[in-house]
Amino acid sequence: MSDPRPAPLLTLRGIGKSFLGVRVLDGVDLDVAPGEVHAVVGENGAGKSTLMKIVSGGYAPDGGTVELAGEPRVFRGPRDAQRAGIGIIHQEFNLLPGRTVAENVYLGHEPVRRGFVDRREMLDRTARLLASIGETALPADARVGRLGVAQQQVVEIAKALALDARLLIMDEPTAALADHEVELLYGLVRRLQERGIGLLYVSHRLTEVFDLSSRITVLKDGRRVTTVDTATTTADELVRHMVGRELSSYYPERAAPEDLGPVRLTVRDAGNRKLRDVDLQLRAGEVLGIGGLQGSGRSALARALFGVSPFTTGDVTLDGRPVRLRSPRTAMRAGIAYVTEDRKGEGIVPRQSVLDNALLASRAVFAARSGRAARTVRVRELLAAVEVRGAGDDQEIRFLSGGNQQKVVLARWLALNPRILLFDEPTRGIDVGAKSAIHDLVRRLARDGAAVLMISSDLPELLGMSDRIVVMRDGRIAGELPASASEEDVVALAVGTVREAAA
Amino acid sequence: MQTVQPRSLPLRLPRVRPGGVLPILAILAVLLVLVAIRQPDFLAPSSLMSFLGRSAPIILLAAGQYFVIVSGEFDLSVGSLVTAQVVVAARLIDGDPARTWPVVLLLLAFGAVVGLVNGLITTRLRVPSFITTLGMFLILVGAVYLWSDGAPKGQLSEEFRRFGRRAVEDVPLLGRVPYALMVLVVLAVAAVLLMRSDFGRTLVAVGDNPRTAELSGVRVWRTRTIAFILSGLAAAVAAILLGGYSGVSFQAGAGLEFGAITAVVLGGVALGGGRGAVVGAMLGALTLELLFALMNFYGVSGALRSTVQGAIILLAVAVSATRSSSR
Repeated sequence: MSDPRPAPLLTLRGIGKSFLGVRVLDGVDLDVAPGEVHAVVGENGAGKSTLMKIVSGGYAPDGGTVELAGEPRVFRGPRDAQRAGIGIIHQEFNLLPGRTVAENVYLGHEPVRRGFVDRREMLDRTARLLASIGETALPADARVGRLGVAQQQVVEIAKALALDARLLIMDEPTAALADHEVELLYGLVRRLQERGIGLLYVSHRLTEVFDLSSRITVLKDGRRVTTVDTATTTADELVRHMVGRELSSYYPERAAPEDLGPVRLTVRDAGNRKLRDVDLQLRAGEVLGIGGLQGSGRSALARALFGVSPFTTGDVTLDGRPVRLRSPRTAMRAGIAYVTEDRKGEGIVPRQSVLDNALLASRAVFAARSGRAARTVRVRELLAAVEVRGAGDDQEIRFLSGGNQQKVVLARWLALNPRILLFDEPTRGIDVGAKSAIHDLVRRLARDGAAVLMISSDLPELLGMSDRIVVMRDGRIAGELPASASEEDVVALAVGTVREAAA
Repeated sequence: MQTVQPRSLPLRLPRVRPGGVLPILAILAVLLVLVAIRQPDFLAPSSLMSFLGRSAPIILLAAGQYFVIVSGEFDLSVGSLVTAQVVVAARLIDGDPARTWPVVLLLLAFGAVVGLVNGLITTRLRVPSFITTLGMFLILVGAVYLWSDGAPKGQLSEEFRRFGRRAVEDVPLLGRVPYALMVLVVLAVAAVLLMRSDFGRTLVAVGDNPRTAELSGVRVWRTRTIAFILSGLAAAVAAILLGGYSGVSFQAGAGLEFGAITAVVLGGVALGGGRGAVVGAMLGALTLELLFALMNFYGVSGALRSTVQGAIILLAVAVSATRSSSR
């Protein structure tokens, strides 16, 4: 690493961070030179966002140092980091839509004359600032709400520059942009480089990373795998670094071909605001894995099938009969269950008992079907069968571990005897023991004739559990892989190592 | 690995389940002791019975308010709804005993419709319930003035008034048992049973996390709307009892909405929903009434009532908020 680069603007040494005993970052080193674009890549959960939050003052590291222009810094909050010259452009913008560009750019530090905001000065300065980064077409007095996404991004960047940012962090900056807007962003990034600003560029999309960066740091499981010069590496090599790990964990045996039953669910040409051209078949007895990056449409697919945000186009047939899945209730009546990704926000009612949580769906939809007492007995049996540990049925569910909470959620759905189960990240944030218990349960359900669709960002899990894998990208199905596929195959489809032509 | 770790508390407090009724029972017991010291006569069966009968309307309103609050909403309209009910009843009955029962039924329907409208505006039009029911409050106040040309007209029949002021005499041990108390007991039991039913458990779940409820097939809008209807019905019954007891005026229901909310909060029910028992809410109302009686015995000005209520709300919410965030 001895190269003739200028003295680094930002140096991270041995950064570590744990949440609730889980190590999410471990000894990460990284540096950014002035005028350099340094890309950070890695799978979901590799620790990229946490690292960026540490640099921008959102989290304090447990270990290691952050140096800015050679000086060690401790940020007590995002404002501290801003004052030190670090700006961050999030995926979600942080703008006031009803205010003008200039008002947003100078929000909180408006130029003042005689105690009042000096509007003219503010407009002038904003216009100069925009001109300096080549954005002369953007009027400083336009309302931000009327601007396109790409222009809003420019406002975010100008906002950071107005605070004299020397280092800009861009977190998935192209996620919200259309293809032609990406080109504009490229131009902007180059002009920022010319001004000597260092950029930390976080992206899943390898094409951009290769187009823009001079160096790439690969993170995996909270550690830095390597830092490479972009010019001397290839996309394949990078993907290998991102996923390279030993397949050591145990997964239950897959379905044999004779275990597969008839086609339960068929989706044809379906779409909605987040999905396009979805064609899918799901058979009784199989576990269909859904891979892809966050935001690629995986969850949108599950939510469309469960009637949360239904398909607006196309057809869905269930056991050969056309169905319209308009709401969770209609989906539940059709025999579909959905275990959500966000357990805390959408999976549990935290202050109710384990039993009440497990009974929630039966009470809501099939209250009349069976007697209360019989139902309660059955749910208690299910809770015992999924092996909820360390808690009585009357304990509030929020005091249980994530794994046990997930088992209660499972019991809630099993009480309905579903024929199709949709799992969205069923083992995220769950300890190893509970994880394999859930894997076994999922497989057992399939063996008993249920059709299972399982979304997972955990590649070993996806490959270990699925009989077939469908990978999504940008709201569409990017391709299908057999159970024998490798992690590289999945990632290559998910990130699109070659950029696809616009449809 | 799965052992439950004892949480270390700075003070050795007895383990009280949040949302349980133990704290309010303790407060009630303390107040009873204070009353016994100052005014032992008050605890004689007959005066206790009539105190409970007098407290019946606010206790019922607290139960109604509980359904709405535990589902995550508010109902500020009940006070003016009670006023409207009393004024409407007086004008429609106009002293004619034959109209008593039809008007009682009409009042119940009126209460249910107001609750339905509150519920639909809140859940379907997505107006925050605070605003919806405040609007309903103002609409009812204005409508009643307009309808009665500024002064209450007509009068209630004696048959109507007996619910609020008559009693079953010469009951062994208890002396006289007010009708109002009997209505209260029946409805309180019904409320407890309702909260143990599927609907009751679902109602609390909706207040706890509406997203989860929705994704488990609960029609959140419908559940909450029913809560508002129950609150409207409770207001109708309270109005019938209050009209009988204290007569017809534009002040009949003034301030009752805040009394009910204070009682619910005092009873350990979390604002924002998801926690607390209907028994707690009703005991909260009883405690509040007892506190006012006690203030009376000690010669504290009645003008302080609203100040005391305000202080209780702030204190109760602050206590529950700090306790739940510290875990």
